Amino acid sequence: MFSSSTKACTDAEGRFFIDRPGTYFGPILDYLRSGQVPTQHIPEVYREAQFYEIQPLVKLLEDMPQIFGEQVARKQFLLRVPGYSENLELLLRLARAEAVALRYSSVVVCVVRTEEEAARCAQPLCSLEARKMPVVKFGPWKVGPEIKDLLYCVEMDIKAQGYQVSCGRYYLDHAFRAKQQQEEIATKKLRLTKPSKSAALHIDLCKATSPADALQYLLQFARKPVEAESVEGVVRILLEHYYKENDPSVRLKIASLLGLLSKTAGFSPDCIIDDAINILQNEKSHQVLAQLLDTLLAIGTKLPENQAIQTRLVDVACKHLTDTSHGVRNKCLQLLGNLGSLEKSITKDTEGLTARDVQKIIGDYFSDQDPRVRTAAIKAMLQLHERGLKLHQTIYNQACKLLSDDYEQVRSAAVQLIWVISQLYPESIVPIPSSNEEIRLVDDAFGKICHMVSDGSWVVRVQAAKLLGSMEQVSSHFLEQTLDKKLMSDLRRKRTAHERAKELYSSGEFSSGRKWGDDAPKEEIDTGAVNLIESGACGAFVHGLEDEMYEVRIAAVEALCMLAQSSPSFAEKCLDFLVDMFNDEIEEVRLQSIHTMRKISNNITLREDQLDTVLAVLEDSSRDIREALHELLCCTNVSTKEGIHLALVELLKNLTKYPTDRDSIWKCLKFLGSRHPTLVLPLVPELLSTHPFFDTAEPDMDDPAYIAVLVLIFNAAKTCPTMPALFSDHTFRHYAYLRDSLSHLVPALRLPGRKLVSPAVSPNITPHEDPSQQFLQQSLERVYSLQHLDPQGAQELLEFTIRDLQRLGELQSELAGVADFSAAYLRCQLLLIKALQEKLWNVAAPLYLKQSDLASAAAKQIMEETYKMEFMYSGVDNKQVVIIHHMRLQAKALQLIVTARTTRGVDPLFGMCEKFLQEVDFFQRCFIADLPHLQDSFVDKLLDLMPRLMTSKPAEVVKILQTMLRQSTFLHLPLPEQIHKASATIIEPAGESDNPLRFTSGLVVALDVDATLEHVQDPQNTVKIQVLYPDGQAQMIHPKPADFRNPGPGRHRLITQVYLSHTAWTEPCQVEVRLLLAYNSSARIPKSPWMESGEVSPQVETSIEGTIPFSKPVKVYIMPKPARR
Amino acid sequence: MPEIRVTPLGAGQDVGRSCILVSIAGKNVMLDCGMHMGFNDDRRFPDFSYITQNGRLTDFLDCVIISHFHLDHCGALPYFSEMVGYDGPIYMTHPTQAICPILLEDYRKIAVDKKGEANFFTSQMIKDCMKKVVAVHLHQTVQVDDELEIKAYYAGHVLGAAMFQIKVGSESVVYTGDYNMTPDRHLGAAWIDKCRPNLLITESTYATTIRDSKRCRERDFLKKVHETVERGGKVLIPVFALGRAQELCILLETFWERMNLKVPIYFSTGLTEKANHYYKLFITWTNQKIRKTFVQRNMFEFKHIKAFDRAFADNPGPMVVFATPGMLHAGQSLQIFRKWAGNEKNMVIMPGYCVQGTVGHKILSGQRKLEMEGRQLEVKMQVEYMSFSAHADAKGIMQLVGQAEPERVLLVHGEAKKMEFLRQKIEQEFRVSCYMPANGETVTLPTSPSIPVGISLGLLKREMAQGLLPEAKKPRLLHGTLIMKDSNFRLVSSEQALKELGLAEHQLRFTCRVHLQDARKEQETALRVYSHLKSTLKDHCVQHLPDGSVTVESILIQAAAHSEDPGTKVLLVSWTYQDEELGSFLTTLLKKGLPQAPS
Repeated sequence: MFSSSTKACTDAEGRFFIDRPGTYFGPILDYLRSGQVPTQHIPEVYREAQFYEIQPLVKLLEDMPQIFGEQVARKQFLLRVPGYSENLELLLRLARAEAVALRYSSVVVCVVRTEEEAARCAQPLCSLEARKMPVVKFGPWKVGPEIKDLLYCVEMDIKAQGYQVSCGRYYLDHAFRAKQQQEEIATKKLRLTKPSKSAALHIDLCKATSPADALQYLLQFARKPVEAESVEGVVRILLEHYYKENDPSVRLKIASLLGLLSKTAGFSPDCIIDDAINILQNEKSHQVLAQLLDTLLAIGTKLPENQAIQTRLVDVACKHLTDTSHGVRNKCLQLLGNLGSLEKSITKDTEGLTARDVQKIIGDYFSDQDPRVRTAAIKAMLQLHERGLKLHQTIYNQACKLLSDDYEQVRSAAVQLIWVISQLYPESIVPIPSSNEEIRLVDDAFGKICHMVSDGSWVVRVQAAKLLGSMEQVSSHFLEQTLDKKLMSDLRRKRTAHERAKELYSSGEFSSGRKWGDDAPKEEIDTGAVNLIESGACGAFVHGLEDEMYEVRIAAVEALCMLAQSSPSFAEKCLDFLVDMFNDEIEEVRLQSIHTMRKISNNITLREDQLDTVLAVLEDSSRDIREALHELLCCTNVSTKEGIHLALVELLKNLTKYPTDRDSIWKCLKFLGSRHPTLVLPLVPELLSTHPFFDTAEPDMDDPAYIAVLVLIFNAAKTCPTMPALFSDHTFRHYAYLRDSLSHLVPALRLPGRKLVSPAVSPNITPHEDPSQQFLQQSLERVYSLQHLDPQGAQELLEFTIRDLQRLGELQSELAGVADFSAAYLRCQLLLIKALQEKLWNVAAPLYLKQSDLASAAAKQIMEETYKMEFMYSGVDNKQVVIIHHMRLQAKALQLIVTARTTRGVDPLFGMCEKFLQEVDFFQRCFIADLPHLQDSFVDKLLDLMPRLMTSKPAEVVKILQTMLRQSTFLHLPLPEQIHKASATIIEPAGESDNPLRFTSGLVVALDVDATLEHVQDPQNTVKIQVLYPDGQAQMIHPKPADFRNPGPGRHRLITQVYLSHTAWTEPCQVEVRLLLAYNSSARIPKSPWMESGEVSPQVETSIEGTIPFSKPVKVYIMPKPARR
Repeated sequence: MPEIRVTPLGAGQDVGRSCILVSIAGKNVMLDCGMHMGFNDDRRFPDFSYITQNGRLTDFLDCVIISHFHLDHCGALPYFSEMVGYDGPIYMTHPTQAICPILLEDYRKIAVDKKGEANFFTSQMIKDCMKKVVAVHLHQTVQVDDELEIKAYYAGHVLGAAMFQIKVGSESVVYTGDYNMTPDRHLGAAWIDKCRPNLLITESTYATTIRDSKRCRERDFLKKVHETVERGGKVLIPVFALGRAQELCILLETFWERMNLKVPIYFSTGLTEKANHYYKLFITWTNQKIRKTFVQRNMFEFKHIKAFDRAFADNPGPMVVFATPGMLHAGQSLQIFRKWAGNEKNMVIMPGYCVQGTVGHKILSGQRKLEMEGRQLEVKMQVEYMSFSAHADAKGIMQLVGQAEPERVLLVHGEAKKMEFLRQKIEQEFRVSCYMPANGETVTLPTSPSIPVGISLGLLKREMAQGLLPEAKKPRLLHGTLIMKDSNFRLVSSEQALKELGLAEHQLRFTCRVHLQDARKEQETALRVYSHLKSTLKDHCVQHLPDGSVTVESILIQAAAHSEDPGTKVLLVSWTYQDEELGSFLTTLLKKGLPQAPS
């Protein structure tokens, strides 16, 4: 050592100064003294030995396994992996870059050994990169190192640099897993983490002096999630403490924690199974036992593929089934239900001993003494069924017995089980007890479930009523019994009101009312034949619909609906009962029954008396009920012309009472007319009040009732060519008018002697290649060549393309979204070009104050447009969002430049520059995956210069930005498949009224607002109402979530009330009401995948909230009067 | 033999003056104390002298239970407690306690002030009587004394109506009072848990009726009212103050609300206002809808229904009026009827049954010309009848019986002929005996009271260990020694019993000699016997002891040579009394001889 002069240095007195710590000098001294090779701290001693250049010791140590593996062999084999150290460097740099924001970061390490593997990996890696995951790839290499070793090396080397590392397997997409074997790709995710939690837990638990303390620590520990990598360590510590612990409550908590931990994603819990089963055997406390079984269940469900473990767990469960505690038995059954082997044959072959019939075991516990265990047994059975195990039919009888159990949860579960079996074996035959007859199992089960509709517990009743609806294979005979209730009075047979109504109707005496005693019983009945106890299905729905709890009634109505949809004859029968439900005391039930009726309306024709009852509900004050009823009328069949007349009269009555229903009623009449042309025909003269000889007065065209009548007639006339002959002259005139003004309600008619009003509405034959679609594509492509044009030409091109697109959007409604969207984008570009064309850039700074308005206005407008593009269109995906954000960034740059030019002094610029750079940074972080698509763009260039910009002065920054903005290319905007612009129309208030809404100032007045919204995503949170008062005061109203209804996909309806208030005015004046779309720019930004809750607050400064008006404002005339004193 | 005795003093094969005496395990309870509306003489009240000839009622009766406030269930109460003399507790629910005195007072006024009856209870008596009342909550177990406990269940019918479970030790009786199994507009349906009483005493008013769904009736009612007011007519609904009136009010109130109607509805004042007040207070006793909407508003806080004033009857325009009394025989309802009868636009709706002779009955049976105070009155208005009744129909009764699962059923409060039908049905469907005593007739039901026996844990565990899992609620055979000491029973294992009682154990052994033709030696014979038994008795433990004897469980078999005949061996079989069965089986088996040994 002293031979080389570099290391040894001497001081003034010639003493050697060795700059080394003395800690590991001892072993070296020992070796030198006695030749004793050290056994501890080998790497450290090795390092010292190398320093002191004691070759024999170095050699000896190198032969020791630790060093040989670590240092020598590793170096050897790493030499064969090309680019190892570079990759490692890259990995660390990536990790460090990420760890700026968070305290740790994760990097995907992809190790491929061969060329083929590398090729196979290429695609998944691309997709990973697309998801902004940092990836480092090692290999391929020729021969030598195994993948596992290499990964180990990587880990070691990173640790050696002072980082904490934890790794976990990183699974590629399912799509890729299906194609290739996972282990070959062998990607691994390295994580640099803060100190593991496990250590902290260990210390805490050791410190705990009392069980209460220990519990406290465990509770605290359980609050925070544990990373998958450190789970195993934590589990070990927990188990260790478990063995030591005497207090059952602590053991219980540990057991539950084990279960919790084994659920952690990315952790494979097979290692703790042995321990868990082990401790299970020695456990005395029933509660802890139950919890441990629960833990095992969690583990078992985590490893669904591992047959051996499952069998083992099932064995454990079987063993503890005889436990005296219900909790333990419960858990055992749960475990059996969840893990009981699916294929018995396999277990039989492999382990003859454990070939247990899980179903039999569970079935034995149907008669357990504890109701909770019985419930658990049934649930376990249901669980087996859910997992695809075919239940034996023998269970059916056992389950039937459970129906009369004392406990409601048992009965409730039993009903479910019976339903399941009836679906499995609908056609098997079961005997009827106490008779020789046999019936189909599904019918028998149906009868039994029907019987449960009159159970003592309403929970069971709801359950039974619900299940009835899904039993479709039931024989119609049984089905019809459910609506059958034999009435009697004083032992005489009595007819039900329904039967009487039907009879009255068929005898032609309908609506003559009833007389005293007309329901008097007639025939006497045989006492023996009367059945007072419901046998089978008899009258189940009659009971269900009369139930006290509305939950049961709703369930019964739903079940009726489902059954009626599959059986027309049943639909006909249940009609009367449904009609009765229209008068239920609870609105939900009424609404539900109306909807049900609508759904089954294909199968039914309403009798006049039924129609009468239905129509009576039209006067309901609830708008929902009325509109549901209108919808129902849209699709019902009416049998007679009187029926149509009745419906029309009632609808018109409804219209006068509730004028706001206008649109809904017109629509209803449209369908009513087109469905029943022949029934409308004889009514036409009466409806139009035409007279064969005299001219009658021309009706008022503004009367909604008259329009309603016309809508009915014109729609009927469409398929009834003889009808127009009955029209008078003014009818034709009105037709022409309505055809223009309400074209969606009035169809095109072939009128004699008149030309067709709109021949263009021919059958729309859509050619394969839609020309307008093509046109759109072409014009867009043309625009992208704009780069090569001179500014003037580019401007012109943009201008006329925008014009084209707008026109196209107006003409082709299905392309409107796309056209508008692209037009908006082009408009932004146009504004940008225009702004850059301004002369101001060439003039010296102080001279053009006034001109700069235009540029800054442009910047502002672009910003607005981009927000609109981002939030007003549905169907926009990430690609578009990037482009939009890019455009916005450009606008911000423009703003910055303009401000820089117009403001004197540098100080305000500092802040702005910094903010801008932050935004660029943010952009980069959010859209890192999309950056490759932004070749040559503004951002691309900007990012290249980022390091320079960071250090530059504001003036310089502005200069750079200016040039870049000019040079940047125009980005191609990829168009999504479906894009729709959000729009809203305010139906109510209509803004036509001349009578001001008067109210006392200082008090509030409620204004009904009714609007339809199209293609609005999440309207509950985004749609607001704005009221603008003439004095410029604006009021923002947030409608309640319940005010939104969803009548169809992409459509919403807002029906709400807005409260207005103002101080007194002298004159009535108009306020503007409009809808706004609120947005929050951070909402759309994808969250960083590694962001843990509570650790990093999202970047607040970039989330901009704002609103976009998206409906035409409606003016409401109001007049706040001064309060009388 | 312990027994439950039931004697109806009223309501036995009859409707009216419900009063049932029940004695159960030495406790005497009176259920309801009603009066008969049809009589004005002594028959009006139950015959309380039946209860005890001499001695005070208070000493004999442990408590009185009133199921609900209808006078045929509580009308005789002041008479009973104040005039006959009873000072014990009277149990009823809170709403009943509140409404009962109002009705009694009203009834007293009519009887004394209007009809001028003497010897009737006074207001003070009603007050004194109500002081003895103990109010109970639903599902609250009230301990009347150390052994007797009662519990109330919801019964529907009217506000505060309850079914009562009376329980002494393990014996119990459920009395339903009047109940309704289908919910109506303001009350829910009766409900009882599976309490499995020894006896269920149920009303049977509608024993032979199965009713149609209420919905049609309600709809008809609403439609008629609506149509009439729409064409400008006036609607008169004669009602009694409590019960159905509230249901109809709720019905109309919600309909008015739903349909946005503005036509006034009036309710004749007086008694009803007080009653409505109690309906407001006892919201928890009403049905789901009313309870749910209570958060926003009290449904009995009527928005559209206002108090009626005499002068309103002459107002023009449509209106709806509820007026008392229900049968149009007197009072306000008759006055209004006279005013409106002449107009065919108007309508009268009779929501209940009318007694013969009343105006209500006359117009319902189609009479159009009435003689009233010497003047002819032509009835042009429409007359409608709507029945709204709140008793359970036959199916409802069966449903309740099914819910409670009683051992026996007893029918009261109904007509004999109808009861007979229901009785047959109950016996046929549920296979339980069913009784229908007449008034004064006593039904005695033997009961098998359960006697609790303490069992030692050791014995229980041992028995558990032997068998499979015990079946739920199934009887099971258990061997042990029953020790009765200080009037409590204990079941212990025989060893323990011997030890405790200081008795020595005696063994009883049976021995039997079996002769076998076998020339071989004793040992060989024993061996052959051993192998034979081993192969035959697979389930038992067969052992060959070194001294040459064979044991099967505790049975000892020894082979010895016959003293005279060397070719015959004598098998000595000996067994204890406990193994009698196996022992006798073995002897017969051995007597058949051994199978020929394979040579």
